[in-house]
Amino acid sequence: MVLDPVPLQVFAEYFPNGISRYAIGGLFVGLGAGIIYLGTGISAGASTFLESTLSYVSGRSRFKQYVSSRDWRLVFTASIIAGAAIYSFTLGDGFQYSTDVQVWRLFFGGILVGVGTRIGKGCTSGHGVCGVGSASRTSLIGVATFLLVAIGVAQLVAAMGVSP
Amino acid sequence: MSGSDRHPLFMPLIAVGGLIFGFGLGYSHMARPEVVLDFLQFEDLGLPFVMFGGALVTGVVYFLAPKLLERAPLTNRNFERRLKPFDNQVLVGGAIFGVGWGLSGICPGAAYASLGVGNLTILWALAGMFLGAYAQGVWRSRNDTSDTTPAGAD
Repeated sequence: MVLDPVPLQVFAEYFPNGISRYAIGGLFVGLGAGIIYLGTGISAGASTFLESTLSYVSGRSRFKQYVSSRDWRLVFTASIIAGAAIYSFTLGDGFQYSTDVQVWRLFFGGILVGVGTRIGKGCTSGHGVCGVGSASRTSLIGVATFLLVAIGVAQLVAAMGVSP
Repeated sequence: MSGSDRHPLFMPLIAVGGLIFGFGLGYSHMARPEVVLDFLQFEDLGLPFVMFGGALVTGVVYFLAPKLLERAPLTNRNFERRLKPFDNQVLVGGAIFGVGWGLSGICPGAAYASLGVGNLTILWALAGMFLGAYAQGVWRSRNDTSDTTPAGAD
Protein backbone atom coordinates (compact mmCIF):
# COMPACT_ATOMS: atom_id res chain seq x y z
CA MET A 1 0.00 0.00 0.00
CA VAL A 2 1.45 3.29 -1.11
CA LEU A 3 0.63 6.31 0.96
CA ASP A 4 0.99 9.86 -0.22
CA PRO A 5 2.73 12.14 2.20
CA VAL A 6 0.10 13.61 4.49
CA PRO A 7 0.28 17.17 3.09
CA LEU A 8 -0.45 15.89 -0.41
CA GLN A 9 -3.40 13.86 0.81
CA VAL A 10 -4.82 16.89 2.56
CA PHE A 11 -4.22 18.99 -0.54
CA ALA A 12 -5.96 16.50 -2.80
CA GLU A 13 -8.89 16.23 -0.43
CA TYR A 14 -9.54 19.92 0.03
CA PHE A 15 -8.28 21.20 -3.33
CA PRO A 16 -9.67 18.66 -5.82
CA ASN A 17 -9.25 21.16 -8.67
CA GLY A 18 -5.90 22.54 -7.51
CA ILE A 19 -5.46 26.23 -6.94
CA SER A 20 -4.03 27.55 -10.21
CA ARG A 21 -7.39 28.12 -11.92
CA TYR A 22 -8.59 30.11 -8.93
CA ALA A 23 -5.39 32.06 -8.40
CA ILE A 24 -4.84 32.88 -12.08
CA GLY A 25 -8.49 33.84 -12.51
CA GLY A 26 -8.18 36.07 -9.44
CA LEU A 27 -5.09 37.76 -10.81
CA PHE A 28 -7.03 38.63 -13.97
CA VAL A 29 -9.90 40.00 -11.90
CA GLY A 30 -7.46 42.16 -9.96
CA LEU A 31 -5.73 43.24 -13.16
CA GLY A 32 -9.04 44.37 -14.68
CA ALA A 33 -9.95 46.38 -11.59
CA GLY A 34 -6.36 47.64 -11.32
CA ILE A 35 -6.21 48.96 -14.89
CA ILE A 36 -9.43 50.89 -14.39
CA TYR A 37 -8.12 52.32 -11.13
CA LEU A 38 -4.78 53.30 -12.65
CA GLY A 39 -6.44 55.21 -15.48
CA THR A 40 -9.40 56.70 -13.66
CA GLY A 41 -8.90 56.50 -9.90
CA ILE A 42 -12.22 54.68 -9.72
CA SER A 43 -12.72 51.57 -7.57
CA ALA A 44 -15.03 49.56 -9.81
CA GLY A 45 -17.43 47.34 -7.93
CA ALA A 46 -19.98 45.15 -9.66
CA SER A 47 -23.09 45.61 -7.54
CA THR A 48 -23.50 49.39 -7.94
CA PHE A 49 -24.52 48.60 -11.52
CA LEU A 50 -27.82 47.26 -10.16
CA GLU A 51 -28.81 50.61 -8.67
CA SER A 52 -27.20 52.80 -11.33
CA THR A 53 -29.12 50.94 -14.04
CA LEU A 54 -32.36 51.28 -12.08
CA SER A 55 -31.88 55.06 -12.33
CA TYR A 56 -32.86 54.76 -16.00
CA VAL A 57 -36.36 53.70 -14.99
CA SER A 58 -36.83 55.17 -11.51
CA GLY A 59 -36.43 58.68 -10.16
CA ARG A 60 -35.92 57.63 -6.54
CA SER A 61 -33.10 59.45 -4.78
CA ARG A 62 -31.21 56.25 -3.98
CA PHE A 63 -30.87 55.52 -7.68
CA LYS A 64 -30.52 59.11 -8.89
CA GLN A 65 -27.21 59.50 -7.05
CA TYR A 66 -25.69 57.14 -9.64
CA VAL A 67 -26.92 58.94 -12.76
CA SER A 68 -23.46 60.32 -13.57
CA SER A 69 -21.83 56.88 -13.50
CA ARG A 70 -24.60 54.75 -14.96
CA ASP A 71 -23.31 54.81 -18.54
CA TRP A 72 -19.82 53.58 -17.79
CA ARG A 73 -21.17 51.01 -15.33
CA LEU A 74 -23.31 49.64 -18.15
CA VAL A 75 -20.18 49.41 -20.32
CA PHE A 76 -18.28 47.76 -17.44
CA THR A 77 -20.95 45.09 -16.98
CA ALA A 78 -21.32 44.46 -20.73
CA SER A 79 -17.53 44.03 -20.89
CA ILE A 80 -17.57 41.56 -18.00
CA ILE A 81 -20.12 39.49 -19.94
CA ALA A 82 -18.01 39.79 -23.11
CA GLY A 83 -14.78 38.94 -21.27
CA ALA A 84 -16.34 35.79 -19.81
CA ALA A 85 -17.63 34.92 -23.29
CA ILE A 86 -14.10 35.25 -24.68
CA TYR A 87 -12.92 32.85 -21.99
CA SER A 88 -15.72 30.41 -22.77
CA PHE A 89 -15.01 30.57 -26.51
CA THR A 90 -11.21 30.19 -26.21
CA LEU A 91 -10.23 28.19 -23.13
CA GLY A 92 -13.67 27.21 -21.86
CA ASP A 93 -16.34 24.86 -23.08
CA GLY A 94 -17.88 27.09 -25.75
CA PHE A 95 -21.08 28.23 -23.99
CA GLN A 96 -22.07 24.67 -23.03
CA TYR A 97 -22.32 25.43 -19.33
CA SER A 98 -25.65 25.87 -17.61
CA THR A 99 -26.11 25.72 -13.87
CA ASP A 100 -27.97 22.90 -12.14
CA VAL A 101 -28.56 24.98 -9.03
CA GLN A 102 -32.31 25.18 -8.60
CA VAL A 103 -34.11 28.23 -9.92
CA TRP A 104 -35.76 29.11 -6.60
CA ARG A 105 -32.33 29.26 -4.95
CA LEU A 106 -31.02 31.56 -7.68
CA PHE A 107 -34.05 33.83 -7.59
CA PHE A 108 -34.59 34.21 -3.85
CA GLY A 109 -30.85 34.19 -3.21
CA GLY A 110 -30.53 36.88 -5.88
CA ILE A 111 -33.10 39.08 -4.14
CA LEU A 112 -31.11 38.93 -0.90
CA VAL A 113 -27.87 39.58 -2.79
CA GLY A 114 -29.48 42.66 -4.34
CA VAL A 115 -30.66 43.96 -0.96
CA GLY A 116 -27.57 43.01 1.03
CA THR A 117 -24.83 44.25 -1.28
CA ARG A 118 -26.43 47.66 -1.56
CA ILE A 119 -27.14 48.09 2.16
CA GLY A 120 -23.74 46.61 3.08
CA LYS A 121 -21.84 49.04 0.81
CA GLY A 122 -20.29 46.45 -1.44
CA CYS A 123 -20.03 42.94 -2.80
CA THR A 124 -17.32 40.44 -3.53
CA SER A 125 -15.59 42.84 -5.94
CA GLY A 126 -16.15 46.17 -4.21
CA HIS A 127 -15.36 44.96 -0.68
CA GLY A 128 -13.53 41.77 -1.57
CA VAL A 129 -11.15 42.87 -4.31
CA CYS A 130 -10.96 46.69 -4.18
CA GLY A 131 -11.67 47.13 -0.46
CA VAL A 132 -9.37 44.36 0.76
CA GLY A 133 -6.75 45.66 -1.71
CA SER A 134 -7.13 49.02 0.01
CA ALA A 135 -6.65 47.36 3.41
CA SER A 136 -9.99 48.88 4.39
CA ARG A 137 -11.14 47.82 7.84
CA THR A 138 -14.77 48.26 6.78
CA SER A 139 -14.28 45.95 3.82
CA LEU A 140 -12.42 43.32 5.84
CA ILE A 141 -15.30 43.25 8.32
CA GLY A 142 -17.81 43.19 5.46
CA VAL A 143 -16.05 40.27 3.78
CA ALA A 144 -15.78 38.33 7.04
CA THR A 145 -19.50 38.90 7.65
CA PHE A 146 -20.82 37.75 4.29
CA LEU A 147 -18.33 34.89 4.06
CA LEU A 148 -19.19 33.41 7.47
CA VAL A 149 -22.94 33.81 6.98
CA ALA A 150 -22.77 32.31 3.49
CA ILE A 151 -20.84 29.29 4.78
CA GLY A 152 -23.46 28.74 7.49
CA VAL A 153 -26.38 29.06 5.09
CA ALA A 154 -24.87 26.84 2.37
CA GLN A 155 -24.08 24.14 4.94
CA LEU A 156 -27.57 24.39 6.40
CA VAL A 157 -29.24 24.14 3.01
CA ALA A 158 -27.06 21.15 2.12
CA ALA A 159 -27.82 19.52 5.48
CA MET A 160 -31.53 19.87 4.70
CA GLY A 161 -30.93 17.70 1.67
CA VAL A 162 -31.22 20.37 -1.03
CA SER A 163 -28.80 19.61 -3.86
CA PRO A 164 -27.71 21.39 -5.81
CA MET B 1 -17.29 64.26 -14.51
CA SER B 2 -19.80 62.94 -16.98
CA GLY B 3 -20.87 63.06 -20.57
CA SER B 4 -18.96 65.06 -23.14
CA ASP B 5 -16.13 66.33 -20.91
CA ARG B 6 -14.81 62.83 -20.44
CA HIS B 7 -11.44 61.82 -21.78
CA PRO B 8 -11.89 59.97 -25.09
CA LEU B 9 -10.07 56.95 -23.66
CA PHE B 10 -12.26 56.74 -20.55
CA MET B 11 -14.87 54.35 -21.95
CA PRO B 12 -12.35 52.22 -23.88
CA LEU B 13 -10.36 51.75 -20.67
CA ILE B 14 -13.48 50.76 -18.72
CA ALA B 15 -14.24 48.26 -21.48
CA VAL B 16 -10.73 46.77 -21.49
CA GLY B 17 -10.74 46.53 -17.70
CA GLY B 18 -14.18 44.89 -17.76
CA LEU B 19 -13.07 42.38 -20.40
CA ILE B 20 -10.07 41.29 -18.31
CA PHE B 21 -12.21 41.25 -15.16
CA GLY B 22 -14.84 39.07 -16.84
CA PHE B 23 -12.26 36.80 -18.43
CA GLY B 24 -10.81 36.22 -14.97
CA LEU B 25 -14.21 35.39 -13.49
CA GLY B 26 -14.80 32.89 -16.29
CA TYR B 27 -11.33 31.38 -15.97
CA SER B 28 -11.62 31.04 -12.18
CA HIS B 29 -14.95 29.18 -12.53
CA MET B 30 -16.45 31.61 -10.02
CA ALA B 31 -19.14 32.23 -12.64
CA ARG B 32 -20.47 28.75 -11.73
CA PRO B 33 -22.70 28.72 -8.62
CA GLU B 34 -21.86 25.04 -8.08
CA VAL B 35 -18.19 25.93 -7.60
CA VAL B 36 -19.05 28.63 -5.06
CA LEU B 37 -21.37 26.26 -3.18
CA ASP B 38 -18.65 23.57 -3.17
CA PHE B 39 -16.38 26.06 -1.47
CA LEU B 40 -18.98 27.17 1.06
CA GLN B 41 -19.60 23.50 1.89
CA PHE B 42 -15.84 22.94 2.32
CA GLU B 43 -15.62 20.51 -0.58
CA ASP B 44 -13.15 22.63 -2.58
CA LEU B 45 -11.27 25.32 -0.72
CA GLY B 46 -9.68 26.92 -3.79
CA LEU B 47 -12.15 29.76 -4.24
CA PRO B 48 -10.60 32.28 -1.79
CA PHE B 49 -7.61 32.41 -4.13
CA VAL B 50 -9.84 34.27 -6.60
CA MET B 51 -10.75 37.09 -4.22
CA PHE B 52 -7.39 37.28 -2.49
CA GLY B 53 -5.49 36.89 -5.77
CA GLY B 54 -7.51 39.82 -7.06
CA ALA B 55 -6.97 41.80 -3.85
CA LEU B 56 -3.23 41.15 -4.09
CA VAL B 57 -3.08 42.80 -7.52
CA THR B 58 -5.32 45.73 -6.57
CA GLY B 59 -3.29 46.09 -3.37
CA VAL B 60 -0.11 46.60 -5.39
CA VAL B 61 -1.83 48.95 -7.86
CA TYR B 62 -3.51 51.00 -5.12
CA PHE B 63 -0.16 51.29 -3.36
CA LEU B 64 1.91 52.20 -6.42
CA ALA B 65 -0.51 54.40 -8.39
CA PRO B 66 -0.21 57.51 -6.17
CA LYS B 67 3.57 57.11 -6.12
CA LEU B 68 3.85 56.88 -9.90
CA LEU B 69 1.25 59.44 -10.92
CA GLU B 70 -0.04 62.59 -9.31
CA ARG B 71 -3.57 62.12 -10.56
CA ALA B 72 -5.49 59.57 -12.58
CA PRO B 73 -4.67 60.47 -16.22
CA LEU B 74 -8.17 60.02 -17.64
CA THR B 75 -10.21 61.73 -14.92
CA ASN B 76 -7.83 63.99 -12.97
CA ARG B 77 -9.07 62.28 -9.84
CA ASN B 78 -6.85 61.83 -6.85
CA PHE B 79 -5.84 58.26 -6.15
CA GLU B 80 -7.77 57.32 -3.06
CA ARG B 81 -8.05 53.93 -1.49
CA ARG B 82 -11.51 52.37 -1.33
CA LEU B 83 -12.35 53.29 2.24
CA LYS B 84 -15.97 53.35 3.28
CA PRO B 85 -17.20 54.42 6.70
CA PHE B 86 -18.03 51.56 9.00
CA ASP B 87 -21.47 51.34 10.57
CA ASN B 88 -24.09 48.73 11.39
CA GLN B 89 -25.26 48.67 7.78
CA VAL B 90 -22.02 46.97 6.80
CA LEU B 91 -22.90 44.13 9.18
CA VAL B 92 -26.62 43.99 8.40
CA GLY B 93 -26.13 44.26 4.64
CA GLY B 94 -23.18 41.88 4.71
CA ALA B 95 -25.28 39.31 6.57
CA ILE B 96 -28.20 39.64 4.14
CA PHE B 97 -25.79 39.34 1.21
CA GLY B 98 -24.26 36.29 2.93
CA VAL B 99 -27.64 34.55 3.18
CA GLY B 100 -28.28 35.25 -0.50
CA TRP B 101 -24.81 34.16 -1.57
CA GLY B 102 -24.99 30.98 0.50
CA LEU B 103 -28.41 30.17 -0.90
CA SER B 104 -27.66 30.89 -4.56
CA GLY B 105 -23.89 30.56 -4.90
CA ILE B 106 -23.72 33.68 -7.05
CA CYS B 107 -22.64 37.28 -6.51
CA PRO B 108 -23.21 40.23 -8.87
CA GLY B 109 -19.95 40.24 -10.88
CA ALA B 110 -19.96 36.47 -11.19
CA ALA B 111 -23.59 36.59 -12.34
CA TYR B 112 -22.71 38.91 -15.23
CA ALA B 113 -19.81 36.63 -16.15
CA SER B 114 -22.08 33.59 -15.87
CA LEU B 115 -24.23 35.02 -18.66
CA GLY B 116 -21.07 35.32 -20.73
CA VAL B 117 -20.19 31.65 -20.36
CA GLY B 118 -23.64 30.75 -21.67
CA ASN B 119 -25.59 30.21 -18.47
CA LEU B 120 -28.98 31.73 -19.30
CA THR B 121 -30.48 30.20 -16.15
CA ILE B 122 -28.57 32.84 -14.16
CA LEU B 123 -31.10 35.40 -15.45
CA TRP B 124 -33.25 34.23 -12.52
CA ALA B 125 -30.55 35.38 -10.12
CA LEU B 126 -30.06 38.64 -12.01
CA ALA B 127 -33.81 39.31 -11.94
CA GLY B 128 -33.73 38.68 -8.20
CA MET B 129 -30.77 41.05 -7.73
CA PHE B 130 -32.53 43.86 -9.57
CA LEU B 131 -35.69 43.26 -7.56
CA GLY B 132 -33.75 43.29 -4.30
CA ALA B 133 -31.78 46.40 -5.25
CA TYR B 134 -35.02 48.09 -6.27
CA ALA B 135 -36.82 47.16 -3.06
CA GLN B 136 -34.05 48.45 -0.79
CA GLY B 137 -33.70 51.59 -2.93
CA VAL B 138 -37.39 52.42 -2.68
CA TRP B 139 -37.36 51.76 1.04
CA ARG B 140 -34.24 53.82 1.70
CA SER B 141 -35.34 56.66 -0.61
CA ARG B 142 -38.48 56.93 1.52
CA ASN B 143 -36.34 57.64 4.58
CA ASP B 144 -34.26 60.07 2.57
CA THR B 145 -36.04 63.41 2.68
CA SER B 146 -33.39 65.32 0.73
CA ASP B 147 -34.38 65.39 -2.93
CA THR B 148 -37.21 62.97 -3.57
CA THR B 149 -39.87 64.43 -5.77
CA PRO B 150 -43.35 63.50 -4.60
CA ALA B 151 -45.06 60.98 -6.86
CA GLY B 152 -41.83 60.08 -8.62
CA ALA B 153 -41.42 58.90 -12.17
CA ASP B 154 -41.49 55.22 -11.33
